[in-house]
Amino acid sequence: MTQQTVKVKNSIVDDGIEAGLARLTPERIESVIQRVLNREAGARLKTYARTCVHCGLCSDACHHFVSMNRDPKLSPAGKVKRTIGVMMQKKGKVSTDFIREAAMVAYSECNLCKKCVLYCPFGIDVGYLMTLVRRICHLLGVVPRYMQDTAHSQSVHFNQMWINGDEWVDTLFWQEEEARDEVPDIRIPVDKEGADIFYSVIGPEPKFRAQLIYQAAVIFEAAGSDWTMPGSPGWDNSDLCMFSGDNEMMGRIKRAHFEAAAKLRVKKIVMGECGHAFRSVYDVGNRWLGFKMPPIPVIHAVDFYHDLVCNGKIRIAKKFAQPITLHDPCNIARGMGLYEKARELAHALCDTVVEMTPNREHNICCNAGGGIINCGPPFKDKRVEANSVKAKQLFDAKAMGAEVVIAPCHNCHGGLEDIIHHYGVEMELKFFGDIIYEVMEKPE
Amino acid sequence: MTLQTLYAIIAGPLAVLAITGFVLGCVYRIVMAVRQTASDRMVIEYFHPRYALRSIFRWLTPYATVNMRRHPIMTLVTFIFHLGMVVMPFFIFAHMLMVYEAFGLSWPTLPDVFVEWMSWAVLLALVFFLGRRLILPEVRYLTTPSDYLILFMVALPFFTGIWAYKGWWAAEWVTLLHMLSGEVLLVAIPFTRLGHMVLFFMTRGYMGSEFGGIRHARDW
Repeated sequence: MTQQTVKVKNSIVDDGIEAGLARLTPERIESVIQRVLNREAGARLKTYARTCVHCGLCSDACHHFVSMNRDPKLSPAGKVKRTIGVMMQKKGKVSTDFIREAAMVAYSECNLCKKCVLYCPFGIDVGYLMTLVRRICHLLGVVPRYMQDTAHSQSVHFNQMWINGDEWVDTLFWQEEEARDEVPDIRIPVDKEGADIFYSVIGPEPKFRAQLIYQAAVIFEAAGSDWTMPGSPGWDNSDLCMFSGDNEMMGRIKRAHFEAAAKLRVKKIVMGECGHAFRSVYDVGNRWLGFKMPPIPVIHAVDFYHDLVCNGKIRIAKKFAQPITLHDPCNIARGMGLYEKARELAHALCDTVVEMTPNREHNICCNAGGGIINCGPPFKDKRVEANSVKAKQLFDAKAMGAEVVIAPCHNCHGGLEDIIHHYGVEMELKFFGDIIYEVMEKPE
Repeated sequence: MTLQTLYAIIAGPLAVLAITGFVLGCVYRIVMAVRQTASDRMVIEYFHPRYALRSIFRWLTPYATVNMRRHPIMTLVTFIFHLGMVVMPFFIFAHMLMVYEAFGLSWPTLPDVFVEWMSWAVLLALVFFLGRRLILPEVRYLTTPSDYLILFMVALPFFTGIWAYKGWWAAEWVTLLHMLSGEVLLVAIPFTRLGHMVLFFMTRGYMGSEFGGIRHARDW
């Protein structure tokens, strides 16, 4: 099986990466690497490189390493050694073949999930180091094609799904109309100035899962929230440029998002159930723009729903009967410590909650995040095979009776869906929004 | 050159040089790391003393983190090794005596027998680390020749220390080697991976700050 897996891994040819490599010259590679190593990176890169004692204790943190037969090349430190370690050693004098390998490692073998930080005695942040490798690859124009396409969409439309302005507002109206069959007076307020809540979602919601917007509207209505969604660009809080290494574009996307909220003079931004979007708004994009903390308070859906459900702002008619298990997305667990609130919420909504182990901040990643799922079909087999350990965790939860997995993150949904299908786990996947919508007392 | 002259040099100017080199080297490391934040401002902006200390203490407490509990033997060996290497040398009678003779300062020391056993434990720990490097694929993959050299450099003062204490063959000369290897090790700390002795506090402190202050999550 290992032999076969390795074969699949090595046979990946990505058009975007290859096209970028064809344009490279040794001088360009060297100058870009030097620029990033010496001017963009600083204390962390140099201190991490100097501090790592090659103890290998980070290895067990990584689902790639554990799933792929404990391949030493896939340990967090192993990935550093294969990429930025060599770049530093050779001062940027590396070949195009090396860049191909580095891009493969950074874009498809690390989810930037930062679990290894919790295993390294020194707290070395390999996710950050892989972000630097991605930055170099982006500046060299060596980015997986599907991911770059998404980044292009964000450059053109400020959303990741090539959705035109009218299509967005149309979708909101369409969902409002649908929801009115159920709740006759419901509104999806667009561009309402002075509302309390600015609700933002990721591009795939209007594109593929429009019912989530409908459900959110019903939840807001039931809670009596004063909310709005922007009618113009800035509505999509996602950010694939953050993952491709295009920091400049990331900054523009985040600025559009914050400005859309500021223009409507809202009190806070509530985000849908997406992990990476939260990371980009709360943790990464704001820093690039020079805000120490987001200029407008940002609240993840789990936090928001926790407040609604646990403080009785919406009432539960009948708890969800099927036993559920809870997947902790990296960006809201290690990124915001929402693991306890997620559990309280799950217990408030469901009869039976089965715990996967490890969980909370030590949970096993979905292997879709960090933009890996956005690298598209060429990487799908590798992505699923490099996370057999998650499949095992799901099987274990199933053996304990869990029938439904709640994953409050879109990337996790994508990744877990593929894992469930590939390994034949046969469990259902849901968002918290799905459950709340199902069990709540609906507004009249 | 006689034994006495050599001793005088190694215990005198060379020792002063080694200690100065160690202290200045460590200061240099810290200053450089702080200066490098010029292009990485976040490290300073998000630094939070309380959360930094929280993380540092957590990671200095045996078995207080998940990964330490996952590797119980490695954790035990690591803590014994570090105590033997960093703390114990200050409490050895012969070491204290040298300071007493030079400056008239004295303090309580550990019984020699304990020190001997501890030194053996440090050497065994080094054998354990060497074994990990040779046997565990994920550690072997990361290991570079300098890692072996460092293990040897650390082993030498302890091995020669035991030798001199036991008064085995040519103990006087081995005492000199003991002092010399200790001095080399001291200077090597800030300029090799052993620099993690000071950098630990910075990297862990920064991560503790990020996780405590921004991410509201545990980093252990």
